[in-house]
Amino acid sequence: MTLPISISAAQGAQVKRPSRYLRNLNSKIASIPMVLTAVVVFLGGTIWTILYSFTNSRLLPRLSFVGIDQYERLWSTARWMVSIQNLATYGILSLIFSLTIGFLLAALMDQKIRFENTFRTIFLYPFALSFIVTGLVWQWILNPEFGVQAVVRSMGWTSFAFDPLYDSDIVIYGILIAALWQGTGLVMCLMLAGLRGIDEDIWKASRVDGIPMWRTYIFIVIPMMRPVFVTTLVIIASGIVRIYDLVVAQTSGGPGIASDVPAKYVYDYMFFAQNLGQGFAASTMMLLTVAIIVVPWAYLEFGGRKRG
Amino acid sequence: MDKSLTAMPNLAGADRLSAGPQGKRPRKVLSGRNIMVYGALTFAAIYYLLPLYVMVVTSLKGMPEIRMGNIFSPPMEITFEPWAKAWASACTGLNCDGLSRGFWNSVKIMVPSVIVSIAIASVNGYALANWKFKGAELFFTILIIGAFIPYQVMIYPIVIVLRELGLYGTIYGLILVHSIFGMPILTLLFRNYFVSLPEELFKAARIDGAGFWQIYFRIMLPMSLPIFVVAMILQVTGIWNDFLFGVVFTRPETYPMTVQLNNIVNSVQGVKEYNVNMAATLLTGAIPLIVYFVSGRLFVRGIAAGAVKG
Repeated sequence: MTLPISISAAQGAQVKRPSRYLRNLNSKIASIPMVLTAVVVFLGGTIWTILYSFTNSRLLPRLSFVGIDQYERLWSTARWMVSIQNLATYGILSLIFSLTIGFLLAALMDQKIRFENTFRTIFLYPFALSFIVTGLVWQWILNPEFGVQAVVRSMGWTSFAFDPLYDSDIVIYGILIAALWQGTGLVMCLMLAGLRGIDEDIWKASRVDGIPMWRTYIFIVIPMMRPVFVTTLVIIASGIVRIYDLVVAQTSGGPGIASDVPAKYVYDYMFFAQNLGQGFAASTMMLLTVAIIVVPWAYLEFGGRKRG
Repeated sequence: MDKSLTAMPNLAGADRLSAGPQGKRPRKVLSGRNIMVYGALTFAAIYYLLPLYVMVVTSLKGMPEIRMGNIFSPPMEITFEPWAKAWASACTGLNCDGLSRGFWNSVKIMVPSVIVSIAIASVNGYALANWKFKGAELFFTILIIGAFIPYQVMIYPIVIVLRELGLYGTIYGLILVHSIFGMPILTLLFRNYFVSLPEELFKAARIDGAGFWQIYFRIMLPMSLPIFVVAMILQVTGIWNDFLFGVVFTRPETYPMTVQLNNIVNSVQGVKEYNVNMAATLLTGAIPLIVYFVSGRLFVRGIAAGAVKG
């Protein structure tokens, strides 16, 4: 990148050297949308929301500070506790299952099989669909009167009960099933890319040493794929915190508030309950959750390399 | 240095992945191991295909048949009535003009959003790759970190700004929002692509006296059509599938298809017509599915880059 500078230096010798701020002007003009988005929307919007989460804004945002009142109220609201519990259950299970299933599928796909493209197309197509579509399909499949439960009962097992969407104890698993159906294809793809990045010689060496395949996977390949796992983990985790559309479509947060999630809590308090302060406090907690996941990762991924 | 912000270590892998399997074909086809591998994969494939199958068969049945039979059985009598009803006369609240309104709203939102967001991000990525100025990396870093911030954090300030601009509730406001939130991932995509092009091309054009826009339109643009297609796939599916922004930033008359679909299916009034619901669901999923099946490997490349968007 030395050339543009040397050219502008050569021009500067003849004409009066342009101001430092006008140099490379076109590039700066082209970057105005990015600068505005980064500074005004992302940085400004976030700071604004955090600031107003310390106020008692209700219908309209007002700058009358009440300290951490909103947060105290948030953590003593039963509905918020339910959403946090749901998020934790859903998040942990969804991480475990999507990583396991995604890796297993990728490992199967990596056995030099035929029809690899066909299988990949099938595993990945749910990812192209919106959460709304996913939620509505699974709402129908899990429908107690006509869906899986009814079909199994009609086959003779009359006491069979699998009714996650109308049972508040297990409703979050119903959502988990739909989410896994939609998301595991992506994990499979990322894992497969990681597996393809493993040197073929590793496999040859382990075969020569007579190490069984599953041991090679667990003790050699998976440790080698650490960066892929970490990236996938961050991608899944930051998606988990945002889960919203799926719940809205599949259960609308019901039965009652049993399948509420933080994102829905935020939306409802901001746009229906007209309690903006609560909404801001809850969304700040969401931001904090993401920060806890992303900051250590970004530090390990980029911080270390820059210094090195 | 350039790699330090390449948040996608898997992008290279995705290219390798789309190159297909490598090495020799297996010699024996019917070994025990192969039966297990194909058995497991086929089992998984059936599980993934089942919901699509259920959607299709349900949407082709009449309501009496749905009430009697089970959801997995193929239709005894194929009827396209549910499709017609979903498209033209399904009700949301008092409106009974079907999903078609949502469809055209979505088209009106998606087309300009895709064009605007890609135009901005490609020029921006080009500026970041070839015309770096002081501070550019800082703003870019904020932009990428911003991609991880939950949307809920930024929604309300945007509502206020749009209200001030008089754009709240209009399609233009939503287009602006989509352009803003598409920026991180698209800028990253274009920047990484332009960085990977040989620098000599840029230098040669510079020596020949081409300026910022000339190089962009006459050299970079023609050379980067594949990445434009990837960006388009990413944006078309992403914007079509959006629900949150649609529900927050538009009014019932301008609701995009996903929001209208949810209102039709989850409306509490009236008798539930599952066949119409499934036809409506399929109609909404049709555009991204067509994009997916037509684009194939490019889609994989897009999601490997777009995965950050979550």
